[in-house]
Parts: sequence; C-alpha cells; structure tokens
Amino acid sequence: MGLPGGTFSESYGQDMAIVRTRAQWAMLFAFLIFLFSCPLFFSDRILTIMTIIGITIISVHGLNILTGYCEQISLGHVGFMAVGAYTSAVLCAKLGWPFWLALPCAALAAGFVGIIFGLPSLRVKGFYLIVATVAAYFIIMWVILQLRDVTGGADGMAVPRPEIGGFVLKSKSSWFYLVMIIACLATFLAQNLVRTRAGRAFIAIRDNELAAEVMGVNLWAYKLLAFFVGCVFAGVAGSLLVHYFAFASPTQFPFMDSVWYLGMLIVGGIGSMPGAIFGAVSLRLLDELVTIVGPILSAAVAPQAAASLALIMRGLVIVIFLIFEPRGLAHRWEMVKAYYRLWPFSY
Amino acid sequence: MTFFLQLVISGFALGMVYALVAIGFVLILKCSNVFNIAQGHFVMIGGYVGYTFLVTFGLPVWASLLAAIATAIIMGLLIERLTLRPLVGQPILAVIMMTIALATILEGLATLVWGGEYKAYHGVLPTVTLQLGELAIPPEMTIGLMVSIATVIILMVFFRYTKLGLAMRATAEDEQVVQSAGIRVTTVYALSWVIASVVGVIAGILLGGVSGVMIEMNTVGLKALAVALLGGMDSIGGAIVAGITLGVLENVAAGYLDPLLPAGGGLANVFPFIVIIIVLIFRPHGLFGLVEIERI
Repeated sequence: MGLPGGTFSESYGQDMAIVRTRAQWAMLFAFLIFLFSCPLFFSDRILTIMTIIGITIISVHGLNILTGYCEQISLGHVGFMAVGAYTSAVLCAKLGWPFWLALPCAALAAGFVGIIFGLPSLRVKGFYLIVATVAAYFIIMWVILQLRDVTGGADGMAVPRPEIGGFVLKSKSSWFYLVMIIACLATFLAQNLVRTRAGRAFIAIRDNELAAEVMGVNLWAYKLLAFFVGCVFAGVAGSLLVHYFAFASPTQFPFMDSVWYLGMLIVGGIGSMPGAIFGAVSLRLLDELVTIVGPILSAAVAPQAAASLALIMRGLVIVIFLIFEPRGLAHRWEMVKAYYRLWPFSY
Repeated sequence: MTFFLQLVISGFALGMVYALVAIGFVLILKCSNVFNIAQGHFVMIGGYVGYTFLVTFGLPVWASLLAAIATAIIMGLLIERLTLRPLVGQPILAVIMMTIALATILEGLATLVWGGEYKAYHGVLPTVTLQLGELAIPPEMTIGLMVSIATVIILMVFFRYTKLGLAMRATAEDEQVVQSAGIRVTTVYALSWVIASVVGVIAGILLGGVSGVMIEMNTVGLKALAVALLGGMDSIGGAIVAGITLGVLENVAAGYLDPLLPAGGGLANVFPFIVIIIVLIFRPHGLFGLVEIERI
C-alpha cells in the first residue's frame, strides 16, 4: 500500500478506509475545488473536452466493474449506452418527461437489457461471452434502426435540452458541472461497490469461477448483478451523451467505441478505479491530439491520412501497452508514488 | 420453389467462402489458443491486394494469386512474430485486445494505402456458368465455390498426411507433449498464422471478384465467428458444415423476411448474431466441438 511511514491501522474501519491521512484529505479537497472551478478559467473548447472525458469516465467505470472486477469481458458496452441514450431520448422527446426522471429510467433500462444479454454468461465464458456481447451490440443497434417510428432510425432524433428545476442546461459550464458531479458520484459508487460483499464476490468470480462457486458465491446472481451494474453506468453515460449533443443517432454509438473503452481500461490499468480514470483521460486526450494532427497530416500526405492515423494510433497504443505495460498507467503511477515516498532509499 | 432453391444455392456458394474464413479462425484457435478477431481484416486486405495485383499491375490471374499468397505469408509471419509471440501465456483479454488492435491497424493501413474506397474488379476473375435445370449458380460465385473446395481439400490432406500438419494437430491437443517430442511450438504458431492469413487473403480475392472490395468487407470476419461458434470452435469439418448452413440460412431468411420488415430489413447483417446468441445459450460448444471439463 502506498502509505507514508508511521500510518497504522488500529481498527478494521481504518484499514479499509480509502482516504487515510490528512494529506490525502487535503489533496482530495484541493482536487475537487480545482475541478469545480475549471469553468472559471478554461475556454469552452477545453470544457467540452472535459465534459466528454467525464461522460467517458462514467461509462468506463461500468465496464471496469463488469470486465475488470468480474472478468465478464464485454465488447457490447456501447450498445448498452445506446439503450440508455435512446430510452431517455424517447422519454424526454416523445413523452415529455423531465430529464431528472428520464435519467434513472435510462439507467434501469440499460441495466435490464444488460441482464438479458448477460444470460449467456451463465453458460459460457471467456471468448464465447465476448462474442455474445458483440452479438448483443449488433442486435441492439439493429432494433434501434428498425424502430424507426420511435427512434428516427438512421436519421436520428432531436433531444430536448434537459431542464432541472426550471434551469435549462444550455451553457458549456452548466453541462460541465452536471457531468462532473455525476462522474464524481460514479467514481465514489464504483470504488465503494467493489469493497462490499458484491464486489468481493465479483473478484472471487474473476480469480476462479469454480472456486468461487465452491465457496458459496452465487454465480448466477452475481454475474447478472455485474452485468446490471456495469450497464447501469453505461446507460447513464449514454443518456448524458445524447442530451449533451441534443441529438441521438446510431452513428454516435459505433462498434469500435466498445473496443476503445476496453482499450482505455488496458491503458489505464484494468481492475482499478484510478486506472479507469487514467485510461479515459489519456486516451480521450490522444483522440484530441489526433483531431489536431490529422488535418495537418492530411494536407501534407494524402486526404485519407487523418482517418487512417486515428485508426493506426488507436491500435498502436493498445499494442504497445499490452506488450510493454500490461498493468497500465495506474501501475506506473503507483511506482512513481513509491519512488518519491522511498527516495533516496529505493527499498 | 425456384426462388427458394436459388436462394439456397447462392447461400451455399457464399457459405463456402464463410467456411474458408472460419477455417483460418479455427486453425489459429486450435494451435495457439488465440481468438483472431482480425481474421475478417485479412479478408479485406486480401481483397485490396488482389485488386492491386489484378487491376493496378494488370498481372494474369495465376500470377496475382501467387503474389497475393506471398504477401499473405509475409503478413502472417510478421504479425505472429511482432505482436502475438510476446503475449504467449497472457490472459485472454490481453490476447483478444491484441488481435482487435491488429484489426484496427490493418484497417488504418488499408485506408492509408488504398484510400478506403470501393474498388471493383468484376469480370477479371474467370467465370464458369453451371446450370442445374432451371437453377443457375451465379457465374462469379462458381469460381469462388471451386477455389474454396480446392483449398479445403488441400488443407485436409495437409493435416492428415504431412509431418507439419500432424505437428499442428498435435500442438492443438497438448503443447507440452509436443514440445517434449521435439517439435518447435513457435514454428507451429507461426505456421498457423501464415495459413490463416493465406486462407483469408484467398477468400478476400474471391469475395472481391463477386462484390468488389471495401473497408466494410471485414465484417465477414464477424460472420466467420458465428460460423466457428456454430461448428464448434475446434473443428474444421464443423466450420465447413456450419459455414454452408449459415450462408444458406442467412440468404433464405433475408430473401423472405427482408421485404416484410420496416427500414429495409438488413436482416442478413444481424442474422449471424442471432444465431450466435441462440447457439451460446443452448449449445455453447457448437455442433461438433469438444465439451470442456473444468477442474479447480
């Protein structure tokens, strides 16, 4: 554990606490104050990037619980985001529900669809489950396209600006606050969930499914719970995404994004909450870099260079991390912290 | 009835190509326990490479085929050596993400080199017209059917009668035993990637001759997944039977149900996935796969 010398646990509660020392509390509050004062001194462009990062973090937390903690690898995560997105979009646009009511409904809808497509996980695992989740994605998107009267099909549908207590969320900064508050809550929930009985059951299933069952972990219930929770996070993220763009269309949920979310987990460090955040932040920033460099490269080399740069970059990042740092940035970060804590004695 | 039989026959020809792609997939899986998501991208690259040799360079068909196979061998060797070798013994997620990343890189390279555009080379491959009473096999599909069948026969002979083929089958059975018998497992891995990439590239040229080449061609890899699952992941015979079954089912379902659906149907694209879910729930080890028994 990365704790400074002289920190002793005198009770179980202390041992399990996430924030242990005064310095950590101070840093936490400093970070939160910094985060929530960002709209004061950053431009709208940077706020947009940060809002998207926040939405991504929410989604990646869900995937982390499902894949990182419970080892139910899902390549259909974007499909579940689409379920949440379209649920809240339809509830708000067609039925006139308020946003604050539609958001939990979207989360629940995504969760229940997740349970349905999680059913194969009771019989198969590993690669077979991955294929089942890929299938889930394509079936979900097909259904969305077919329900043209409700969802607008391939043309997409307009989504009204959310309104909370008479206040319409229109400016970049109001969205930034909404998304960041939900992202912080999601991080808090996710971190705490994996410390509960359910979280320990997830980890037991990840480490050895049969052993977990022998120990008395109800595989059936906990695997479906993992799917439910993971997809609830996805549903919230999807709902926020379409409301943020005030538009919902199938092109916002491409299949490769599911892969990219898993890539974020790998780059950040799978099975750790800081890892999910590191991954989401670093790879979204990489995306931004590509959107800046791409046009320059297109002009210099060939018109298709921008598109291919985005693809090759994404692939290469994952390849490099898998070969050279399979434990991700979170592990690197721990090493750096340990280095500074132990300096000048490296043991 | 003629309509039905026509659908069945073109489905059969299509299914043979699916089977070809699925064989590459099953082969890598059997030998090295790697699920190669990039198999469909081999097909796409094959299509583009075929276009380059046939149309851009204007080589004759046999020369382009040989050149494409040579390209495929180099591609397979490079991929195995550079990306998959370091991951031997890593968890399944790492291996899968690696092949997905490979798929992304191949897609990016294809976009860069060929512009990601639709390229057609109809009429370049030789056509054979087969007539069965009223039914006709579409001429551009016949050649695909024949080449697929030939490839499958060559592979079967290879696995049954050659030393390397036997070594590959033995590796699929038990790596440690094979190593103690003095067979280089790394060679077998490399060979399995080479064969998979060659088979993929051949399928790519065949499909390209029928419907042209584009980036979206890689979705055939996902269909091959469904085929491999249905046939049982580790059975080459199963892959052939399942490939034909899926090709026929898909064609028939699309032919009859698409006109009934709103938004133009597009059932052919989701059909494999519906099959996947059903197979996974009711018969996870496929039609001919081995049932795995697990111990703590």
